[in-house]
Amino acid sequence: MDTNKPNLSPAVDAQGGIGAVPVPHTEHADHLHHDEHDHEHHDQHWLWKYVFSQDHKMIARQFLITGMLWAIIGGTLSSLFRLQLGWPEATLDWLKPLLGHWIDAGKLNPEFYLALVTMHGTIMVFFVLTAGLSGTFSNFLIPLQVGARDMASGFMNMLSYWFFFLSSVVMFWSLFLETGPASAGWTIYPPLSALPQAMPGSGAGMTMWLVSMALFIVSQLLGGVNYVTTVINLRTRGMSMSKLPLTIWAFFLTAILGILSFPVLFSAALLLIFDRSFGTSFFLSDIYIAGQALSNQGGSPVLFQHLFWFLGHPEVYIVIMPAMGMVSEVLATNARKPIFGYRAMIGSLIGISLLSFVVWAHHMFVTGMNPFLGSVFMFLTLIIAVPSGVKVFNWLATLWRGNIRFSAAMLFAIGFVSLFISGGLTGIILGNATLDIQMHNTYFVVAHFHLVMGSSAFFGLFCGVYHWFPKMFGRMMDEKLGYIHFWLTFAGVYLVFMPMHYVGIAGFPRRYYAWTGFDAFSQFADMNKFISVAAILAFFAQFVFVFNFFYSIFRGRRATENPWNSTTLEWTTPIEPGHGNWPGEIPAVYRWPYDYSKPGSEADFIPQTVPYSQTQSSNLPYEQEVVD
Amino acid sequence: MNPEILSEKEVGLGWHPKRVILILLIFSIVMMFAAFTSGYIVRRDEGNWREFDLPASLLINSIIIALSSATMQWAWFSAKKDELSRVKIGLMLTLALGLAFLAGQFISWGDLVAGRTFFGGADANPSGSFVYVLMGVHAFHLITGLVFVAVVLLRTVKYQVHSRAMLSIGNATLYWHFLGGLWLYLYLFLLLNH
Repeated sequence: MDTNKPNLSPAVDAQGGIGAVPVPHTEHADHLHHDEHDHEHHDQHWLWKYVFSQDHKMIARQFLITGMLWAIIGGTLSSLFRLQLGWPEATLDWLKPLLGHWIDAGKLNPEFYLALVTMHGTIMVFFVLTAGLSGTFSNFLIPLQVGARDMASGFMNMLSYWFFFLSSVVMFWSLFLETGPASAGWTIYPPLSALPQAMPGSGAGMTMWLVSMALFIVSQLLGGVNYVTTVINLRTRGMSMSKLPLTIWAFFLTAILGILSFPVLFSAALLLIFDRSFGTSFFLSDIYIAGQALSNQGGSPVLFQHLFWFLGHPEVYIVIMPAMGMVSEVLATNARKPIFGYRAMIGSLIGISLLSFVVWAHHMFVTGMNPFLGSVFMFLTLIIAVPSGVKVFNWLATLWRGNIRFSAAMLFAIGFVSLFISGGLTGIILGNATLDIQMHNTYFVVAHFHLVMGSSAFFGLFCGVYHWFPKMFGRMMDEKLGYIHFWLTFAGVYLVFMPMHYVGIAGFPRRYYAWTGFDAFSQFADMNKFISVAAILAFFAQFVFVFNFFYSIFRGRRATENPWNSTTLEWTTPIEPGHGNWPGEIPAVYRWPYDYSKPGSEADFIPQTVPYSQTQSSNLPYEQEVVD
Repeated sequence: MNPEILSEKEVGLGWHPKRVILILLIFSIVMMFAAFTSGYIVRRDEGNWREFDLPASLLINSIIIALSSATMQWAWFSAKKDELSRVKIGLMLTLALGLAFLAGQFISWGDLVAGRTFFGGADANPSGSFVYVLMGVHAFHLITGLVFVAVVLLRTVKYQVHSRAMLSIGNATLYWHFLGGLWLYLYLFLLLNH
């Protein structure tokens, strides 16, 4: 790691950088015996093995389990506000043991309702679907699938988790504040977020939200630079960029998006902190609050929205792209077919990444922007349908006439494609400025993004967990419970969000705590009850997964080395790889990752590590040339 | 056994991982200042924007930081030629000039206040607040740069920096030039847009 070792090649040097774990990761280490690795791991103190680990696989498990805890909290919050929306007249005194003073004379406190929605959004978008999804699988799969012993910097990787953990602690703590957690929506628009006196949640809750997010951004940057550097520098012999599995391409581009967009959120948050605590007026002007005129002059709340959505829009792709990558991998493996259009898949990922930076203002059509500007953003937004359509077409073409194995992971992958189509179609509607202005403040938008990025990213997450569980924990998850989990969730998601489109298009407004005062909305009472029942049932169905997950860690059927007959590198490691991943030399890679059911081949898959010289019968002419 | 010849390791971009990490972090800093400066322009174009005078002392600070880039580069060349005493002098000069720059920025803040351009409070306008934010966030990064240069100086004393161990001084030089370039960009930006 030090610069006083001038003879080391960069890659070797980086492997040496795994740090505190005493495995000598030099070229010589590649020839170590397996038992020597085992031996070193028995010597480790549990604190270094399970808590302050620098092993990317342990860090991935830490991210996953923290993310699962957050998902349960986030889901609980949504059940609470669905109770309010479904039964606005009901007495909620029975929730008093849980919510304490937030239940006021049998009613949910309106300000707490806003806090619930805010925290549900923040938790799900950032803590579950960014850290829990991308953090888990980027960490777990990048070194394993590119053929590296660990991340470029194990220490920074560990810091990435612990910054996330600190950020989690701060956010969790804010849930228990006397004045409640942040309540300005997960988008924290000023002036609600900028004036501590605006509402109870704008005080300490908002401050803690900002502190937590600052820590979260640090965590994302530390993780992101590590992922990118690992993919650029630490690929094994033969693993050219055009032989990378699509998962890695997705994680790579996701990390680049994070590196470029999170600093912008940091800028916005910093200016907001100055507005809140140091008397500046970046986002405030001409405000009259509680009978008092504020001295703030010259700020613009719309400026905050620009800065926020410059992160916010890439953020939704940060959420969905890792899921897309994993779904591509799982579909190809379980259809026993090469992914259709490998290069088009990479191209569309790159296209989505580029476009994600130039469409942010489609979240702001209703801010009174210049209609010409609106039409530019509308045009760019609708172009995203092209790469998205390419991806959907390729997924369906991969399934076409495949020898499909309906494993639990495969079901979730197919479910992902279904949800992405259903949710994506309404994206085309909302991308039109004229339509969006009509629908913007209705449940139509809520239904759209919950299908296309919320639920489908969750399906990607489940698909990844079911598929890579054997490599993570050395055991299999129960398939039957997986099927039950899938069908309950799949049905649940559609039963929640399809009716929500309907109430939205009929004009039912979002963000309302109670709608019983408006006669126009009383016709939706039954529909809202239905949505609430479906949402709460779908939430409870997730405990089937939680049980399956923790039960299988300890009691699951033991996994084999390559249970899905997959071609990628992670399945060439031992069943439970130690720190360093491969006991001997890192295998070299000779072919792309999707040689499934290749004509002329005996087995229906050829791992990436098999050279063309050993597969004379199935080589294509240009592959044969490599051998000759 | 197999006739397919592979290179020992995929070489990536030919950069050391630490260099790649630094470059990626520089990109993230660039994005942060891109956000500030584009926010500045958007805000200004919407009106209700108070013009202010840029203190003349900023020009002196800019010259100081340009000089510090030169001394840093001199240290790097000296390391390349294994002239370690010159490396130490170069790094110490860079540190001294960096501290002088920070002191100069602080004095410029005083000039701004004297010219009734405030960061916060009833008399403040976002135009002035932005100047403090740009200078302050840049100064924060410059402090991290100073720490980096100090670490390299320490390593030079321990004979860990020489012509065959150029990584740390190379990274420090890259970062320092970036910080200098960033300030010159900010200065030009403020000159053109105040």
